[in-house]
Amino acid sequence: MKYQRIKAVAKKEFLHVIRDPRSLMMGLAIPMLLLFLFGYALTLDVDRVPLMVWDQSNTPASRDFVSRFAGSRYFSLQETTDNYREIERAIDRRDTLIALIIPADFARRIETGHRAEVQAILDGSDSNTATIALGYADAVTRGYSQEVVLEHARRTGTDATIGQLDVRPRIWFNSDMISRNYIFPGLIAVIMMVITALLTSLTVAREWETGTMEQLISTPLTGPELITGKLVPYFTIGIIDLILSVLVGEFFFDIPLRGSLWLLFGMSLVFLVGALSLGMLISIVTKNQRMASQLAIVSTMLPAFLLSGFIFPIENMPLPIQGITHIITARYFVTILRGIYLKEVGIDVLAPEAGFLAVFGGVVITLAIRKFRKKIV
Amino acid sequence: MPFTSRFLPSALTMDAIRTHNLTRRFDGLTAVDRLTISVAQGELFGLVGSDGAGKTTTMRMLAGIMDPTDGEAWVLGRHSVRDSEAIKDDIGYMSQRFGLYPDLTVMENMHFYADIYGLPRRGRAEKIDRLLTFSNLTPFKNRLAGNLSGGMKQKLGLACALVHTPKVLFLDEPTNGVDPVSRRDFWRILYQLLKEGVTIFVTTAYLDEADRCNRVGLIHKGKLLACDTPVNLKQLMRGAILEIRTSDPRRTARLLRNRFSDATVGLFGDRVHLVTGDPGTGETAAVSLMSAEGIELLGIRQIEPSLEDVFVSVLSRQGGAQ
Amino acid sequence: MNGTETGYAVTLTDLSKRFGDFVAVDRLNLQVGRGEIFGFLGPNGAGKSTTIRMLCGILPPSGGSGTVAGFDIGKDAEEIKKNIGYMSQKFSLYEDLTVEENIDFYSGIYRIPAIKKRERKEWVIEMAGLREHRSSRTAILSGGWKQRLALGCAILHEPPIIFLDEPTSGVDPISRRNFWDLIYHLAGQGVTVFVTTHYMDEAEYCDRLGLIYRGELIALGTPEELKTHQMTEEIVELFCDHPQDAMGLIEELPGVRHAALFGRGLHVVVERAAAAVPAIERKLADAGYTAVQPERIIPSLEDVFVSLIEARDRQEAPQGEFSR
Repeated sequence: MKYQRIKAVAKKEFLHVIRDPRSLMMGLAIPMLLLFLFGYALTLDVDRVPLMVWDQSNTPASRDFVSRFAGSRYFSLQETTDNYREIERAIDRRDTLIALIIPADFARRIETGHRAEVQAILDGSDSNTATIALGYADAVTRGYSQEVVLEHARRTGTDATIGQLDVRPRIWFNSDMISRNYIFPGLIAVIMMVITALLTSLTVAREWETGTMEQLISTPLTGPELITGKLVPYFTIGIIDLILSVLVGEFFFDIPLRGSLWLLFGMSLVFLVGALSLGMLISIVTKNQRMASQLAIVSTMLPAFLLSGFIFPIENMPLPIQGITHIITARYFVTILRGIYLKEVGIDVLAPEAGFLAVFGGVVITLAIRKFRKKIV
Repeated sequence: MPFTSRFLPSALTMDAIRTHNLTRRFDGLTAVDRLTISVAQGELFGLVGSDGAGKTTTMRMLAGIMDPTDGEAWVLGRHSVRDSEAIKDDIGYMSQRFGLYPDLTVMENMHFYADIYGLPRRGRAEKIDRLLTFSNLTPFKNRLAGNLSGGMKQKLGLACALVHTPKVLFLDEPTNGVDPVSRRDFWRILYQLLKEGVTIFVTTAYLDEADRCNRVGLIHKGKLLACDTPVNLKQLMRGAILEIRTSDPRRTARLLRNRFSDATVGLFGDRVHLVTGDPGTGETAAVSLMSAEGIELLGIRQIEPSLEDVFVSVLSRQGGAQ
Repeated sequence: MNGTETGYAVTLTDLSKRFGDFVAVDRLNLQVGRGEIFGFLGPNGAGKSTTIRMLCGILPPSGGSGTVAGFDIGKDAEEIKKNIGYMSQKFSLYEDLTVEENIDFYSGIYRIPAIKKRERKEWVIEMAGLREHRSSRTAILSGGWKQRLALGCAILHEPPIIFLDEPTSGVDPISRRNFWDLIYHLAGQGVTVFVTTHYMDEAEYCDRLGLIYRGELIALGTPEELKTHQMTEEIVELFCDHPQDAMGLIEELPGVRHAALFGRGLHVVVERAAAAVPAIERKLADAGYTAVQPERIIPSLEDVFVSLIEARDRQEAPQGEFSR
């Protein structure tokens, strides 16, 4: 490997990128656009769930309970009713998502320190939202019941720790937009995976298509020199994307980086080798820009979105699919970024993931170099 | 390596290029069929044929960027497959398609290739300056290569292929689609290189260009039909060519075709060519035919056959173009 | 056929095309008679393709006017398309279809009536000499065959005018000769042929030639007229060994513009042949050349072409692409 040649290839490749507004767009503008789009749109929180109430009790206690719902930002009280038929119709028309039915003996049971039951009817056709709404309802109820228990204890002078009423709010239930904090690091991982592989997937194929490769392979330039030189500019773009992403997280979405910035960069470098080389390998094998870009998207975007645990928790997947996720690079990078971002974990914890990324990078770049032949077939 | 001892003489006789039964098949199609040629150092060799004759495939195999299916080739004594990488330091290759980067300037392209060939920093600026002057590109050195005219692109391609002072230069249809003015310029540069001792292997579909080569190989459907100096090739022509000029050339051609066989009559604008075994009797026959048909004869003379005439003659003897 | 009152197949008056600031075609005036073979020459980027596109009704002109087959190129573009045949250097045949399928496809495109379809198809197959290959995939045909098939497809609808854009590039000489025989045959039947080419020897086959350079028509006439009237310089031809060395010596002489390799010999462009011939003889004899017999010749079309373009370049700023 001659340094002079690698440098020449890298320099020329930089010039291509700088002079082609489309590749700059794809390399820098599109990742940021995606980050903003998904950052705003892809939140798992549900705001202002339309709520319907049938208050059979109609007492100060029951009205107090309903006001907890109406006053929270998670629910918006649409209307009250006095029959099931209207509830059914409202849910059918999607006017409401959840209906609370407060039994007539609600106030009496609370007064006397008994368990009171409240019925919640949910629109199961949107099960994801329903589950989340139910979670909120559960939390509001628990909050209320905790207060009731404390109040009852204060009034009666008994111990507040009565068995089942020992409730604490769940961690993800607070006024922060927690799910975004959780999604954002994964989003960085997915976007970097897709964009970097896509960028490099075009580079070798383009040279075969335009005919410049025929000229190149007639020179003493070697495969490893060409591939290394070509990786350099895209490496730089990847790092710039990472820096921009961290800044966007910090200043637009208020997502604090808890862990080490240096560790984040170190891990990203290891990840980039694999992602960029994957695109390169695709480019080398296909020799055709259109096929290469499609293959790059299919082989990175789908697994990164579906199988990395970025949106869909891996634990919830069927076992065979869980097995497959082990060979998805994005999975490890998602875990690493989340770990650094949210949990402030160090290299000691992330070593297995980092190890996998390093091995993956090594294997793919070796394959790319071996598959590249200075011959026209 | 079992064959080396047998074919090594190529290195001793100092042939710049030597092939032995060089063959390349693409599923079912034989693009190059047992081609055996040798090109001496310092020679300008032209491989001439139409599209699909096998010119490009031959050149790619010689430049070490395509493996032959069969047979062997040596460039400067080195084997084109086993030593393909060693060859590359000593050759310059210019592919048929423009092989440079359109989004880089003339200078950037030159510097890129200078780096790839590992040209030392010292003397590099002078070398590039010289090549730019040589190819009349100095005023355009900061222009993007994609914005050059066809002729200038070809000259830039040549300049880049020459940046490392190669001993053998492979040019694949360098003047295809280039206007006559630029073609003249290009050939002027090639002759300059020849004076400096560079061996040049060029392919072309223009038969008038082939006349300028030291030696010419006529290739058709992968097979070498003939290979010699242009003067000797013209000896292959059976019969003589009469150039006939009349007041109505199209009618003349039609009449001559009826009188003689189809393949021997060609209409070239205002002139008709008649290939005849014996110019004396041919002339008499043509003259009497014209006067019988009342066509005014403006001139009739025997002319030297062009390489195109030779090509046509050889081809028709081999069973025609198709 | 669509006879026009004027008897011209193509008439152009001040036809111009600008792309932004760039004048691709500059006030072109031209008339092409019916049954004429008109050759349109010029370097790449000179405006050839732009002109042809305007004539075919694909590109609207930015100024001037013109008619093709009697139809206005600005207003009746669709009528023009029905009355012309167009064949480009990249044959527009489908390689994965057979010869017959290609012909059937173009019959459909040109809406050849059912009764004529068979007859036209047989005509094309016969003309192209493809009788034994009618069911072969187009991909396996040689260049010459493809080219004749493409021509056949372009004239299925018997247009009075055909446009050929570098039709013979890269085809072997025998096929090229056959192709030109076909062209002459069509012209003999009254079809107007408008052809662009890079081969100067092919330009000689045309009845009349126009040379376009930087958007302007800089010469127009029969090959004979161009060769005898257009050149201000004279051409001296000579044959000698090592012509490339002799070139340098000759160019040092006064009154010599430049020398160029031409086939096996040299063509020297001089101001006056009478003065240059003895000077060249003397100079080469001094340098040890023997049996050099320079003589004044009628210039070839290539000589004329080069001379006209260089004269043009000298008139204008020396910034041009062809400045030396």
